[in-house]
Amino acid sequence: MNAGSPTLSLGPILYLWEGDKWRDFYYRIADEAPVHHVIIGETVCSKRLHFTEPHLSAVVERLELAGKHVVLSTLALVTLERESQYTRALVADSTHPIEANDLSALALLEGRPHSIGPLVNVYNAATARLLARRGASNICLPPELPASSIAEIVSGTQGVTFEVLAFGRMPLAISARCAHARAKGHIKDNCQFVCVEDPDGLPLKTLDRQSFLALNGVQTVSFTCQALLTELRDLVASGVSRFRLSPQDCDMVAVAGLYDAILHGRMEAEDGIARLRQIYPAAPLSNGFHHGQEGAAWVARARNIGHRATE
Amino acid sequence: MELICPAGTPTAFREAVDAGADAVYCGFRDETNARNFPGLNFSREELGDAISYARRKGTQTFIALNTFMRAGHESLWYEAAADAVRLGADALILADFGLMAHVAEAYPEQRLHVSVQASASNPDAVSFLVDAFGARRVVLPRTLTISDIARLARQIRCEIEVFVFGGLCVMAEGRCSLSSYATGKSPNMNGVCSPASHVRYRQDGGDLVSELGSYTINRFPRDEAAGYPTLCKGRFDIADASGYAFEDPVSLDVMDQIDALREAGVSALKIEGRQRGKAYVAEVVSTLRKALDARPEHRQALLARLRLLSEGQRTTSGAYEKRWR
Repeated sequence: MNAGSPTLSLGPILYLWEGDKWRDFYYRIADEAPVHHVIIGETVCSKRLHFTEPHLSAVVERLELAGKHVVLSTLALVTLERESQYTRALVADSTHPIEANDLSALALLEGRPHSIGPLVNVYNAATARLLARRGASNICLPPELPASSIAEIVSGTQGVTFEVLAFGRMPLAISARCAHARAKGHIKDNCQFVCVEDPDGLPLKTLDRQSFLALNGVQTVSFTCQALLTELRDLVASGVSRFRLSPQDCDMVAVAGLYDAILHGRMEAEDGIARLRQIYPAAPLSNGFHHGQEGAAWVARARNIGHRATE
Repeated sequence: MELICPAGTPTAFREAVDAGADAVYCGFRDETNARNFPGLNFSREELGDAISYARRKGTQTFIALNTFMRAGHESLWYEAAADAVRLGADALILADFGLMAHVAEAYPEQRLHVSVQASASNPDAVSFLVDAFGARRVVLPRTLTISDIARLARQIRCEIEVFVFGGLCVMAEGRCSLSSYATGKSPNMNGVCSPASHVRYRQDGGDLVSELGSYTINRFPRDEAAGYPTLCKGRFDIADASGYAFEDPVSLDVMDQIDALREAGVSALKIEGRQRGKAYVAEVVSTLRKALDARPEHRQALLARLRLLSEGQRTTSGAYEKRWR
């Protein structure tokens, strides 16, 4: 691997997928997807752990045999004693690098190399430097950050690689309450794992039938799919070295191939946008946060700014 | 237990002090605090006067600097921290690690409280904030039950403050970008949620429709009182059903759990509402003060009158009760 060249990572599956589907997804990623890092493990709801646990070691082995760097994700919201214990055991027992998604994981990982997930609030270089001093070696920045903040943080922090969410529905909120279970007539403590019925999230519309958000258990994600494509070149120039693809229920091997082709100059970003809409037609694309606008917005950019005046 | 009261204006501040607050919390008139609303908050001079007034009455003043520093503009937050220290703040309420590190290093004597926006919801998280920044108190996110709080209190080395009355975040605070997804403005970055600048009401047949950005948040038939379109308190469609997908338009009230909270190890009870007027602040603070000092059997009568002041006149005990989940 060329250390100077930007790479792709695959974020954790945020949704609840049946165990077999989950396993087969990763087997195919191992065999076919041009991603360097694979972040794996339940991130949203501790109640779901038993769905994937039986397959975890086989999946990790398969990914590593294929040369992928496996990173284990921690839970985003830790409130119960068993969630604290799970996080402590994960940190204590893991032989793999860990990505922290809440403050308890951050605390437990001090002094050893680790990653910071996009659900930890890193809004400025002072925070990034603090995390770097405590052992963070890679930071995936929150999706809400505009490009100007990303550039400031990256240029103001040494000794850390930076990663940005380039594809996928954006995690927007997490709650102690499960809106997904409630939408199906249950509460969290008796949820019957109904979120498994919606492997790409349960769409939530406004009363005027506008697509708006999607429910993923206790998490709320955007209805739109973040797609940074024309922005990749500028991000690389500003020092971002890793781009995260967050799994949706679509052909993620094709998504990874597309981003790899754009990142390495084999495909024009504009062509990639059209192709991406075919690969993942379920959600409109957005990049508004990156451009300092509402996150749901799509900001189209002229292919060549220099030609704009003559158009 | 201390009673921690909100003030969005110098007048409300004096009302809160006079009504029996143990501490009043407030912020500067800019994006350094999470209630960055037009016409609200304090200039340096106003805050200096307010702190002097509070001190004469034996009341503490906490300054909320609880948004996340915008990259490249950190000086706005650093200057606010310097001024709050200089003016004599009894505590700074902080959410951003970078700002916490700065305050801990530059003003080691300054009392540092962890804002609810920092989302410290478990013992390891709180220990991190105590060890790394010398945090003396943590304001807990509204994601915990009272038994969760009791368990947490036994395992940490700092004081606990919890929200007991007022507006209720449904989502874990400090970790929500719903507002900016619809409007471009968020609690974390701009100190606003579902900002009035992006709210519109329109008439559609017999319905009054409330919108945030370009999204319909609610629809009110003629006989229903229209509420403010806070995103997570809106009515939405899921599959074939429509309703309040996240939470009804209710507000938090767990004052009937005062004894359980005290037994759990809570040091301070916090009232939400820096955006509220002085009359509301005076009424709520004086009533809760009386309730806190009253014998348990007298409390219910005192608290009943507060229900009238609550949003939509309906209240919930939120995550403090397990079934809310």
